[in-house]
Amino acid sequence: MKRMFVPVALIIAAALAAPSALAQKKYDSGATDTEIKIGNIMPYSGPASAYGTIGKAEAGYFKKINDEGGINGRKINFVSVDDGYSPPKAVEMARKLVEQDEVLFIFQSLGTPSNSAIHKYMNAKKVPQLFVATGATKWNDPKNFPWTMGWQPNYQTEGTIYAQHILKNTPAAKIGILYQNDDYGKDVLQGFKNGLGTKTSMIVKEVSYEVSDPTVDSQMVQLQSSGADTFLNITTPKFSALAIRKAYDSGWKPVHYLNNVGASPGAVLVPAGLEKSVGLISTRYLKDPTDKAWANDPAIVEFTAFMKKYYPDGNLLDAGNFYGWAVAQTMVQVLKQCGDNLTRGNVMKQAASLKDFVLPAALPGIKINTSATDFAPFESMQLMRFDGKQWVGFGEVMGK
Amino acid sequence: MNKRTLIFLALVLLAACALPLLVSNYRVFQFTLVLVYAIALLGLNLLTGYNGQISLGHGAFYAIGAYCAAILMDKFGVPYWATLPAAGAVCLVAGFLFGLPALRLEGLYLALATFALGVSMPQLLKYHHLEKWTGGVQGIVIVKPDPPFGLPLNPDQWLYYFTLAVMILMFVLAWNLLRGRVGRALIAIRDHHTAAEAMGVNTALYKSLTFGVSAMYTGIAGALGAIAIQFVAPDSFNIFLSITFLVGIVIGGLASIPGAIYGALFIQFIPNIADEISKAAPWAIFGIFMIGFVYVMPFGVAGAIRMLMARIARKAQNGSRTAGAPLIENAAGKAENGSHTTG
Amino acid sequence: MDAFIHQVLAGLATGGIYASVALALVMIYQATHHLNFAQGEMAMFCTYLAWSLINAGFAYWPAFLITVGLAFVLGVVIERVIIRPVENSPVLSVVVVFIGLLVILNSVTGWIYSYTIKTFPSPFPAEPFFGNKYMSSHEIGAIGITLVVLLLLYSFFRFTPLGLAMRAAAQNPASAKLVGIRVGWMLALGWGLAAAIGAVAGMMVAPIVFLDPNMMASVLLYAFAAALIGGIDSPGGAVFGGFLVGVLENVLGAFVIGNELKLAVALVLIIGVLVVKPSGFFGKVHVTRV
Repeated sequence: MKRMFVPVALIIAAALAAPSALAQKKYDSGATDTEIKIGNIMPYSGPASAYGTIGKAEAGYFKKINDEGGINGRKINFVSVDDGYSPPKAVEMARKLVEQDEVLFIFQSLGTPSNSAIHKYMNAKKVPQLFVATGATKWNDPKNFPWTMGWQPNYQTEGTIYAQHILKNTPAAKIGILYQNDDYGKDVLQGFKNGLGTKTSMIVKEVSYEVSDPTVDSQMVQLQSSGADTFLNITTPKFSALAIRKAYDSGWKPVHYLNNVGASPGAVLVPAGLEKSVGLISTRYLKDPTDKAWANDPAIVEFTAFMKKYYPDGNLLDAGNFYGWAVAQTMVQVLKQCGDNLTRGNVMKQAASLKDFVLPAALPGIKINTSATDFAPFESMQLMRFDGKQWVGFGEVMGK
Repeated sequence: MNKRTLIFLALVLLAACALPLLVSNYRVFQFTLVLVYAIALLGLNLLTGYNGQISLGHGAFYAIGAYCAAILMDKFGVPYWATLPAAGAVCLVAGFLFGLPALRLEGLYLALATFALGVSMPQLLKYHHLEKWTGGVQGIVIVKPDPPFGLPLNPDQWLYYFTLAVMILMFVLAWNLLRGRVGRALIAIRDHHTAAEAMGVNTALYKSLTFGVSAMYTGIAGALGAIAIQFVAPDSFNIFLSITFLVGIVIGGLASIPGAIYGALFIQFIPNIADEISKAAPWAIFGIFMIGFVYVMPFGVAGAIRMLMARIARKAQNGSRTAGAPLIENAAGKAENGSHTTG
Repeated sequence: MDAFIHQVLAGLATGGIYASVALALVMIYQATHHLNFAQGEMAMFCTYLAWSLINAGFAYWPAFLITVGLAFVLGVVIERVIIRPVENSPVLSVVVVFIGLLVILNSVTGWIYSYTIKTFPSPFPAEPFFGNKYMSSHEIGAIGITLVVLLLLYSFFRFTPLGLAMRAAAQNPASAKLVGIRVGWMLALGWGLAAAIGAVAGMMVAPIVFLDPNMMASVLLYAFAAALIGGIDSPGGAVFGGFLVGVLENVLGAFVIGNELKLAVALVLIIGVLVVKPSGFFGKVHVTRV
């Protein structure tokens, strides 16, 4: 009995002394003293495979962070899987990441259909579905879906900005619209119509296309024949290029609004033809790494160096890579703020506590703001016009 | 069906029932999908394997079944189990109606017609006039059913058992149908259309009905699939799904009931394995698997197993004979190698 | 009226794309009696090879000719190495091999070249002929090239002994062997020619739709429909079918049913035609005797 006394006393003493240290480290599955496991779902194959580069850029960035010592001493284990842009596959992959790989949370799952499919599951399982890679408006709903948060300015905000600009500058415009027949296209269209308010009669023609269409020539001809003098171009990169080129070749010169998704110089304007893209109006919230005016900006310099070292196969002109880099930085900030409290709840809490967070990649004046009732990090954008060489911003920052 | 086969089936059934209690929920979910695909593939096999009508559009019937279930559950509050007969009935009619004009088309032309069906389905589902029902591009979210009678199972396990029960029922029905007169008529139509007609088989009726029944099976599978995934959206049901089904029945084994299960295992798990092998080009690995399987087993997994069993049976036969007449035996054995049984 | 003409001409332009790929499909069918689903991806892959050559400094026409040659070799190699082992397998097994090939080519191309769209040059002038606003010079030129290929193909099958031998080998391999035709090499030759035609189609299509690994996926289904509606064993029918499908799709989408359902309706019409004329417009009617 006596021999047991000292060890037991030591144990009790240790237990009494330890709580203050133990209480500060809190983990949910996926987080340990040495590792933070992050899940990611990207379309590396299938119709949206062009966006797969975003996942690769993010993987490269997390590797860079690991090489520099990790976050609070922990390395990031980035588990990225392919869903081929198919919702059933996304459900399967989400379950795999959460139930089998036991990640702490899922970051930047891409595509509105895929995210819609896992939306209820993630919230039921109370696993963060963080900084989803889509601009759909429904991700900003903390009351009903407290575990889901977007990142980029949502599509409706963007559509509204174009509508406001038209109302202010060309109130007698006859508007023709080309939109992708899916949730993203319809979301931008909805925002645009909301922005027009009572003046939706300004829209003289509205045509859609499918991602499986080889060209949009027929649709462009329909728009031109309708007599529209203003064109809202809601398309993804390949189709943006096709539309821009066809408009020019058909001799149609409307006031041309191009959505942000299709505004990448490298992926869209160069193939379409730079001279055919003069006068395009779009919006942006991030700096443009292809713009020579920003060439010496510290953020761009850092990005270029990062790509060279950690993603040399990546295309510097592809806006997706810059986007991936920027989101990954936001993620790292959130994780830093978590400290040693790496529970899922705390991750969401920190993500919802970004106050005037300045991302080097963001345009001056555009800051990230989140709160318990505001799950939309980016809500403002600036209009920009293409002058034949690069995008030039104009006007003040719009949105919130 | 001899005693040995029955014992074997019973063991398999026992293993299938024990599965959800032994593996994680995620695996149970995956195996539920395997069962769902098995029903869908059996449907397609009825039409293409047994009746020789190529369909490149069965994904469309899968979609119709899935949307039936989703709309009934979401908009009308119908309980999940009642959506299955409804989905089946709708698809039976749809398949039969499609099969009627398709009677005039043979081979490639029928393939094109079904291809057209498969390709247009997503567009139809997105059509804005139907949006009120289909949810348009946003799709419909479904709630997973809870186990009834307070059984001590979680929803994943319950759904697995439910799907297993439905699958067994559908398989038994198909087996019964195929081993009788109907089955013989279907195979006769496949192998020699004109002769079958001359023998008095009402080919038009049989072919259209087969289309209908085949669509019904795939539609019921679609409904189960929707309940398992808890989400339906138009672009999930594109032409690639139809093509995947075709690949499934060929790899599993045409004109074979167990072939549907082998095929389902292939289309569910091989893409995941391919993803593990190569992150850069996973579909290339999947393609290599496809071609590899066809090289090694041109008659599908079921065909290969059948040949293996025949070879084992022959060896057993040879072994029990006297050593007196080996040469004749070998000659007979060699001749048998080239043939295979159907059905 | 102007809008209608514009749609019809735009339809002919896209129809030209479908026609050229449909020709390759008909070629492979006439040579092997198989419909090669991987034809589009083979064409796409060869177009990427051409792109690499041009990027490496070759001028357009040399790169074009080298690519056609490489495509021919690729076709022969695929037939000998990949298709030969499954020659005697059931038809659907061969179809699965085609699908496997399709998937492999698509995936490997995406891996090597990435999925961002690229431009592919055109041998035709950038300015439209006569300054017209309806069709670019390339679109008109591509139609021209398709018609030239059609003529060559037709003459080959109709007037040369080799063409006759190929058709015989496809229609009745056993009899052809008895007459002394080397059926195996006929099949390989057929694949080589089909791949070459596909490469030409790819190089004509890429400037119009931009070069990316999924470029042919959408074209293939229209080409398939075009080949069948024209009659799967008629090269002229395939070209006719291509133009028909292109114009039909555009006119339906613009004036009849709207873009959302135009694909479905176009295909329904095609099926309607096939129900009335099961061998397509110009296909040979096959009479099976008991």
